[in-house]
Amino acid sequence: MGDKVLIVDDEPNILMSLEFLMKKSGYQVFIARDGSEAITLLDQELPKVIVLDIMMPNVDGYEVCRYVKDHDHLKHTRVIFLTAKGKEANIKKGYDYGADYYMTKPFSTRFLVEKVNEFTEIDH
Amino acid sequence: MSKWLIILSSFGYLSLLFLIAWWAERNACKKKWLSGSGVYALSLAVYCTAWTYYGSVGHAANQGLSFLTTYIGPTLMAPFFWILLRKIIRICKTQRITTIADFVATRYGKSKSLGALITLVCFVGILPYISIQLKAISNSFTILLQGSVESRASLAFFYDTSFYITLALILFTILFGARKIDTTEKNVGLISAIAFESVFKLLAFLVVGVFVTYGIFDGFNDIFQRAKVQLPSSQELLAIDPDRGYADWMLLNVLAMFAIVFLPRQFHVSVKENHDERHLKKATWMFPLYLLLINIFVIPIALGGNLLFADNPIDADTFVLAIPLAHDQLGIALFTHLGGFSAATSMVIISSTALSIMFSNNLLMPLVVRSSTLTRSLQERMSPLLLQSRRAVITALLLMAYLYYKYVGESFSLVSIGLISFVAVAQFAPLIIGGVYWKGGTRQGAISGIIVGFAIWTYTLVFPTMVSAGFLPEGVMNHGLSWLHPGSLFGITSLSPIPLAFFCSLLLNSLSYYTVSLMTSQTSQERNQAEVYVDIFKYSTVFESSIVWKGTAYQEDIKALVGRFIGPERTARLFTQFMKKNQINALPQQADFRLVNYAENLLAGVVGSASARVLVASVVKEEEISLEEVLDILQESQQVKILNRELEKKSTALVEAGEQLKTANQELVKLDRLKDEFISMVTHEMRTPITSIRAFSEILLDNSDLNDEEKARFFQTIIKETDRMDRLINQVLDLEKMESGKIQINLSPQNLNDIIHESLNSLDLVICEKDIVLHRSLQDDLPLVYGNRDRLVQVMLNLVSNAVKFCHDEQGEIRIFSGNGQDVVKISVQDNGAGVPSESRELIFEAFYQAKNQSTHKPKGSGLGLSICKKIIEKHQGDIWVEEAKGGGAIFSFILPKIK
Repeated sequence: MGDKVLIVDDEPNILMSLEFLMKKSGYQVFIARDGSEAITLLDQELPKVIVLDIMMPNVDGYEVCRYVKDHDHLKHTRVIFLTAKGKEANIKKGYDYGADYYMTKPFSTRFLVEKVNEFTEIDH
Repeated sequence: MSKWLIILSSFGYLSLLFLIAWWAERNACKKKWLSGSGVYALSLAVYCTAWTYYGSVGHAANQGLSFLTTYIGPTLMAPFFWILLRKIIRICKTQRITTIADFVATRYGKSKSLGALITLVCFVGILPYISIQLKAISNSFTILLQGSVESRASLAFFYDTSFYITLALILFTILFGARKIDTTEKNVGLISAIAFESVFKLLAFLVVGVFVTYGIFDGFNDIFQRAKVQLPSSQELLAIDPDRGYADWMLLNVLAMFAIVFLPRQFHVSVKENHDERHLKKATWMFPLYLLLINIFVIPIALGGNLLFADNPIDADTFVLAIPLAHDQLGIALFTHLGGFSAATSMVIISSTALSIMFSNNLLMPLVVRSSTLTRSLQERMSPLLLQSRRAVITALLLMAYLYYKYVGESFSLVSIGLISFVAVAQFAPLIIGGVYWKGGTRQGAISGIIVGFAIWTYTLVFPTMVSAGFLPEGVMNHGLSWLHPGSLFGITSLSPIPLAFFCSLLLNSLSYYTVSLMTSQTSQERNQAEVYVDIFKYSTVFESSIVWKGTAYQEDIKALVGRFIGPERTARLFTQFMKKNQINALPQQADFRLVNYAENLLAGVVGSASARVLVASVVKEEEISLEEVLDILQESQQVKILNRELEKKSTALVEAGEQLKTANQELVKLDRLKDEFISMVTHEMRTPITSIRAFSEILLDNSDLNDEEKARFFQTIIKETDRMDRLINQVLDLEKMESGKIQINLSPQNLNDIIHESLNSLDLVICEKDIVLHRSLQDDLPLVYGNRDRLVQVMLNLVSNAVKFCHDEQGEIRIFSGNGQDVVKISVQDNGAGVPSESRELIFEAFYQAKNQSTHKPKGSGLGLSICKKIIEKHQGDIWVEEAKGGGAIFSFILPKIK
């Protein structure tokens, strides 16, 4: 069984592609459609990596990131932002919230997979 | 009649006056009517002196109707009170002027010489007039005691009752006329006593009139009938002499018109003692009415006297006393005596009060303030000195009048002396009327006018009386130049002496005033006053800033100066009030020019304007100002007022404009922000499909091992996302076109039901797929609207697809309504979804509202649909809104105007 990866996005098509990519790379994939779902799954599954959109209903991506960084039981979870927000200010804000990587949409699938692999391998 | 009864009643009457004056003074604050228009109008009747009382009858008995001119003149003048007198009052109030001398002097640059000259004319003109009042009182005593007028002038003064009466009058005048240092203060006590006297003398005269007319005779008719029969010559008395009568008549009327305004005592009661300009309104009818009443019985008494004493002629001036006495009506005789006494005393009191102020302000003070050493040595005693000088003047004046009566006045009748006084004060007319209506009059013009007029007056009226009294040799008049003879000056023989003197003196006076004024020029001070006098109603509200002044002064000096005259405490209080009122900063040592003007004004009320000028100049370093500057500043202060008002209006407008601009700017900023947001939203919305397209393309590229089903799914997704992209681009372009107004919608009559059917047809499939129940309740004969078919279909599609998207997941229901109101057709689309929260109902029509405020899962759509609908409906002059449906859900409705 591969490492757990949580993908969070409110666009069904993007979720579909991410799910395919992560499964293909051998990860155990969990899907959340918004921030609050994401937090529930984080606590339940303690995933190795979370691929996180920012603009979502209810709890946004920044909040989820902070949640990860503020909780000790999630200290092994790596956060990758995957978002259409590409402005300097957004990127800075993402890293300020403690993101491990910030990636803008549209994204290179290969590069994303490499990044996820990188983050899962470090702790092996 | 008992001597003591007469004397006691006379002094008793004087005591009553004291009492009234004292009481009124005490109650001035409590009883407002004491300073009201009634008392004011009555006080004007100080005009009716002993001359009216005794002299009118005497004149009527001997010379006929011309006595009436003295009362017709003022009646003719009364309508002009509001024009001329009000102007004079306003000028005096703003400049704190209290005498006619000061009034003239101030107008012509606060000229000391002019002030002194006017005072002199008043003295010379009025002194005989006062003396004849004493004479009348004395005669009245004599008649009551002896039954006839036998001169008592030869009596030693200590036997002479009129001497003691004079002393009592001095006392009264001093007590009530010269008590207050600031002459601008109103003297309610004195004026109330005068008003009482007016009532008293009228009553007394009416009593004797009624007694003669109805007691002795049988009414007016009886008297006139008997006079016609028994005294045929009396008929001449009742008509105007056709030879010289008409010109005399007219001139005497004009003379009396001037007298009612320019006599010092009239000026005193009507201007100085005026509390409120509006009181003139009552005086305008009440005073002529008074004159009418007091004259009603003059001719009956005169004719009656002539009839009664036909065999044994007596002085007609004494008829009013002699007739009751002859009929043993001692009570009526005594009452009449007191009436005459009151007429005389009121005139004496007011005249001497007015003259004493004139004397101290225009003759004495200029001498005192001229010498700075004298001023300094008198520093502390300045105000007692002033009061004492006024008292001294009153005493001296009345004693002089007494002596004049005793040694000179015996030889003249009441009327002639009175009219001579009238002519003297009429000399002020050109200076004053010219002064308040013509800006060109100069000081030199005024001085020459008054000198010429006064000289002619002396020559034509004083010389002949002096000659006939034996003070001048007969030969003075016989200089051989007949055209210069006083009685026929310039060869005019068609006028009586007094009208002639009046005509000549006034004519030459006016001419020299006018010509000399044209030849000379004004100083800046004169120019300033001319401007203020003529246009007083413009300046009176801004007076302190209308007197132009340039220089340096220190507050302390000014305060000390004024304090010397009116007391330091009062000065401090008045200054503080003034500075507060005018918002003058008290801090700087240098005095504000308005304060300097105010100080000068205050002093003018005490020492007269000319002396006040000198006093202020002594503590102030003034700079000469050019005429142009005076005018500039004056106009400026006026314009400033107007400008201020306009400025206020403008600034309000500016504030409004500023507000509008602010709102507009906020609107712009908001629009700008909205545009930025819009762009960022559009790009964000575009990235989403692109992201999917790229991701699936890469997946398809990298994973050759995908099965067919997966491949097809991914390709389909790519295609769907491409469509979405295309839709978004189209909508953005659509919205942009509509917002910029580039789009022209072609309108034609449409039936909205057709549009509903058309849109529902194309959505049939989606509705069926979601198992949604569709209800239509459409009005059959729906009125047509002007619209663009494609655009309206777009709106309907949008609303229905939204309803499809948002309605209940399992038991979806959509209702479509159409109907019409008075002017509009209304279409509604109702769903049974979650509804739109009330706070979002307006905002929901903004672009990307949902994307920005995500609280629900993102529904499909670009976020521009409702914005576009709103734009389209607005283009059709319609309105679109959302409300809550009963039992939840949303109703989107729009209305369009129907075709009329």
